[in-house]
Amino acid sequence: MQQAGNGRRVAVVAGCRSPFCKSGTVLRDVPAVDLAKHAVVELVHRANLTGKEVDELYFGQVVPSPLAPNIAREVSLLPQFPPSIPAASVNRACASANSAIATGRDQIVLGHADVVVAGGAETLSDIPILHSRRFSDLLVGLSKAKSTAARVKLLSSFRPRDLVPVTPAIAEPSTGQTMGQSAEKMAKLNGITRESQDEFALRSHKLAHAGTEDGRLLAEIAPILVPDSSGAVSRDNGVRADASLEEMAKLKPVFDRRYGTVTAANSSPLTDGAAAVLLMSEEAAGAHGFEPLAFIRSYAVAALDPGDQLLMGPAYAVPEALDRAGIGWKELGLVEMHEAFASQVLSNIQAFESRQWAQEHLGRAEPIGEVDWDTLNVMGGSIAIGHPFGATGARITLTLANEMKRRDVEFGLISVCAQGGMGFAMVLERS
Amino acid sequence: MGAFTIRVEDGIGWLVLDLPGEPVNKITRAVRHELDEALDRLVADKEIRAVVLISGKPDSFIAGADIDEFVALKSREEAYELVRSGQALVNRLERLGKPIVAAINGACLGGGLEAALACTYRIASDDPKTRIGLPEVQLGIIPAAGGCQRLPRLIGVRAALDVILAGKQLAARRAYRVGIVDELVPRAILEEVALKAAKRLAGGWKPKRHRRGAADLALDRNPLGRRVVYGTAKNQLLKKTRGHYPAPEAALSAVQHGMKHGIESGLDMEAAFFAELAVDDVSRRLVQIFFATAALKKDPGVEGDAPDPVPISNLGIVGAGFMGAGIGGVAVAQAGVDVRFRDTDFDRVAKGLEGARKILKGRLERRRIDKYEYRRLDRLLSGSTGYESFRRLGLVIEAVFEDLDVKHEVMRAIEENVRDDCIIASNTSTIPIARIAQVADRPERVLGMHFFSPVAKMPLLEVIVTDKTAPWVTVSAVAFGRKIGKTVIVVQDQPGFWVNRILGPYLNEASRLLQEGVTVEHIDKAMTKFGFPVGPVTLLDEVGLDVARKAAEVLHEAFGERMEPRGSILRMIEDGRLGRKSGSGFYRYEKGKKLEVDETAYEIIEAAASSKVPREDVAQRLVYAMLNEAARALDEGVVRSPRDGDVGAIFGIGFPPFLGGPLRHLDEIGAKGAVATLQRLAETYGDRFAPCPRLVRMAEAGERFYPA
Repeated sequence: MQQAGNGRRVAVVAGCRSPFCKSGTVLRDVPAVDLAKHAVVELVHRANLTGKEVDELYFGQVVPSPLAPNIAREVSLLPQFPPSIPAASVNRACASANSAIATGRDQIVLGHADVVVAGGAETLSDIPILHSRRFSDLLVGLSKAKSTAARVKLLSSFRPRDLVPVTPAIAEPSTGQTMGQSAEKMAKLNGITRESQDEFALRSHKLAHAGTEDGRLLAEIAPILVPDSSGAVSRDNGVRADASLEEMAKLKPVFDRRYGTVTAANSSPLTDGAAAVLLMSEEAAGAHGFEPLAFIRSYAVAALDPGDQLLMGPAYAVPEALDRAGIGWKELGLVEMHEAFASQVLSNIQAFESRQWAQEHLGRAEPIGEVDWDTLNVMGGSIAIGHPFGATGARITLTLANEMKRRDVEFGLISVCAQGGMGFAMVLERS
Repeated sequence: MGAFTIRVEDGIGWLVLDLPGEPVNKITRAVRHELDEALDRLVADKEIRAVVLISGKPDSFIAGADIDEFVALKSREEAYELVRSGQALVNRLERLGKPIVAAINGACLGGGLEAALACTYRIASDDPKTRIGLPEVQLGIIPAAGGCQRLPRLIGVRAALDVILAGKQLAARRAYRVGIVDELVPRAILEEVALKAAKRLAGGWKPKRHRRGAADLALDRNPLGRRVVYGTAKNQLLKKTRGHYPAPEAALSAVQHGMKHGIESGLDMEAAFFAELAVDDVSRRLVQIFFATAALKKDPGVEGDAPDPVPISNLGIVGAGFMGAGIGGVAVAQAGVDVRFRDTDFDRVAKGLEGARKILKGRLERRRIDKYEYRRLDRLLSGSTGYESFRRLGLVIEAVFEDLDVKHEVMRAIEENVRDDCIIASNTSTIPIARIAQVADRPERVLGMHFFSPVAKMPLLEVIVTDKTAPWVTVSAVAFGRKIGKTVIVVQDQPGFWVNRILGPYLNEASRLLQEGVTVEHIDKAMTKFGFPVGPVTLLDEVGLDVARKAAEVLHEAFGERMEPRGSILRMIEDGRLGRKSGSGFYRYEKGKKLEVDETAYEIIEAAASSKVPREDVAQRLVYAMLNEAARALDEGVVRSPRDGDVGAIFGIGFPPFLGGPLRHLDEIGAKGAVATLQRLAETYGDRFAPCPRLVRMAEAGERFYPA
């Protein structure tokens, strides 16, 4: 077993998150940095921290606001903390919060820190819209121009079309393919049918609804008071109790209108939200009187050619993380897979279970393992709960750690696919 | 060692004031004498071409005249002599023949500002501790070292009256904006800038003052416009003082006279007024209250060796209603305290958070904080429906429904969830703290913290201790109350505590008078004329008749017949008239505004058609009901001293400050006279007026509450 560092064990001792809400809905006017602060303030309260215990803070965000580019530092400047907590923002696309957690874990293992707050936030209600390059050049030129004549000359070069803004798309800069197109491609290549995708999405909603109703998901959520809105938001608003295959079947595929299978219903929605976890060295947890939810056993990150099957990263990261943990798939009592698209989850599961895939892509004789559907995404996943890019990793870590404690499971696995052909996997353990 | 040192550097004389053995610079007799000598040397030294007047203290320029010296004044003549010598000294500053730069960092108040006004040029640091103003009228006197003359000449009559008549202290930025100081600079370069200015002035530079707004110019620059300004100021003043406070009126006259007849004549008038006011009763009372509150600020709240207070930075509030929200909002806004609300559902929590935020927003709107500070402080407000985070807290205040069972339930829940060293306070106004503490495992950490509504506006906090409350708990609660800006008195756990105890008979008497046919207007006017900010009937409406009734019942139960409430309030409540909050009480209300008296109220309370109560008896019955109860409660040890009792009555009820509080007022009347009046009232109106044993004893022995 490969154990990095000096062998200090790192515990996930607490966590909490904002409700996850579809972009453009109730959290529309709350900037990501405020969502992040909300989640962390609540974490401080729920964990009964004074704030002084925290050594470092890492936070994930994929589309930062130009007004607060280092979201992590804004969060670590919360008045609950001393100003002396260094902080860094992390971007590994949809695995950003996972990377924040992994970084925090590493700092603790290295002995650089004892207590770390890690998490992520995203709002897709407030994407920065860019001016065209010509318009930017004009503005910069005007501010530098020394004479009125120079200004007039610059202004005369202005054309109305310069005002057309540039909206960033969720596309791979390297290939121009959007996430959805990639998911569509994977469905076709791996033979994932529309029916199986819709069934998986339905499963996500049913389980998330059950998890909300029985309070397990609500327990993660810190209700948030939205300015100028009546009352508090205390639930994820993407989870549909009334989801049905019939309704889903009526939706048109988005990315390939003729032969496509990926629809709004079997994809994760654009979402606003934030989540954070509290990491401690085992000793620090003991000293502060915490009973850890779980310990981080190992993690791994993998990457592949984005022009290939973009979202297959987990199929590479998971076996590596299991190897580093020194355990096999069979020993996993719970698995949390990020659900970007049903086609992506099902493609990865296909790979996990395929001997041929293992031989061809990993050079292994045996498949990674066979999925036990009773232990996979037991409270649903990103399709139903939502997917604020920067926050999802922390939400999944928290959901898994909580459930491992409830079920008293020995090992649990996290798997997250990310833009750029990356995959992230982490193994948590109890005892 | 002297207070002044002179350092000559490069043609500039640095005149540094650092009063030995004092935390702040103040103008004492010795300082005046030394300054005179220092000025001699500055004049004599031919090398010195300009002077910089600066303080050697870290955050006090000159905080004002020495109050102790002023209190010791025995006669008008003495006061006159004092003020004339002060004026002469300030005049000398002005006519030194060498330019003087005042480099101001820290408090620059009263005589300190008057000295600075006589300087050639004023530079202030932008440090938050730099406060500039003329607070004299708050002590019942006027700025009499030329303040009423030089300030209006510098910044215009209207702006000057604004500063002088309210006794305001301005932040440095404000002072700069209105033109009191010529420059505003960061603390770090104050000396450097002062030196440059001194050198320029030495070279003959004539600084230009910045111009005021057009409206001010139009009004200020001609006698007619000024007359409008004086007229408006006087009207506003009388509305506020109701003629009880002579100082602001005198200051207004001094300004007006000086502007018309010249500075010398104005100074004569300042001196004459000062001599009269300084030995006047009103000033004496106001100074006594000033000293009482200053002493209270240092009083740990327990007798003998007081333990150090435990600093509290995390506050929990159970019950996020109006009171809870107010307490939380004030704690955040005043002291950056981390506030956690807890209520039964999140919508209630949300309401509490909104209420607290409103207080914070008010500070933002009044520019007491900027938007960055607002956002930072706003993050300290949070809430939940559970007690999960209560282990963080150093203090929990419950402000839940006034019901003993509910309070007990909450007390148990709090105790289960907090650390052993967390203080638990109740904001009850009617339930004895000891009864709430009955169910506590650790009653020694339980006490009452009785805030008044609205919390953001009412300055008083009663900290109520039981015989089990530990001293460290008391001192910590007192220190916390002070930290969030309240004037704190420690009160024994008896029904009504202090404020409601002495208020009870007063309000009862008001409702009796109503039933006896005295009109609402008559009652209210009698008491505002006496000096209360509002009359008792208005107060009933404001407090809420249901709340007042509940408090009255508690007192009745505890003290019997003497405190028996009349049925009038009850009938109003049954009719759904709860006062302002229900839109109707004894007055009518529309959109939150008080309108005229609601005549139908008389029918509801079955008031007598006409009153047989002599006019002068109305005020006497009301006032003596309160005075008698105050003496009785003090005797029973409800408050620790007459000082606490008087401060509590002034800040909690609005008892007229110029009378010094109920106990001070009784001293003024004399126990003998008070007993006689009470006996007469008892004979005419009933035994409830029977003089309390303490007053009777005092009358016999010729004693007072305060040393004469």
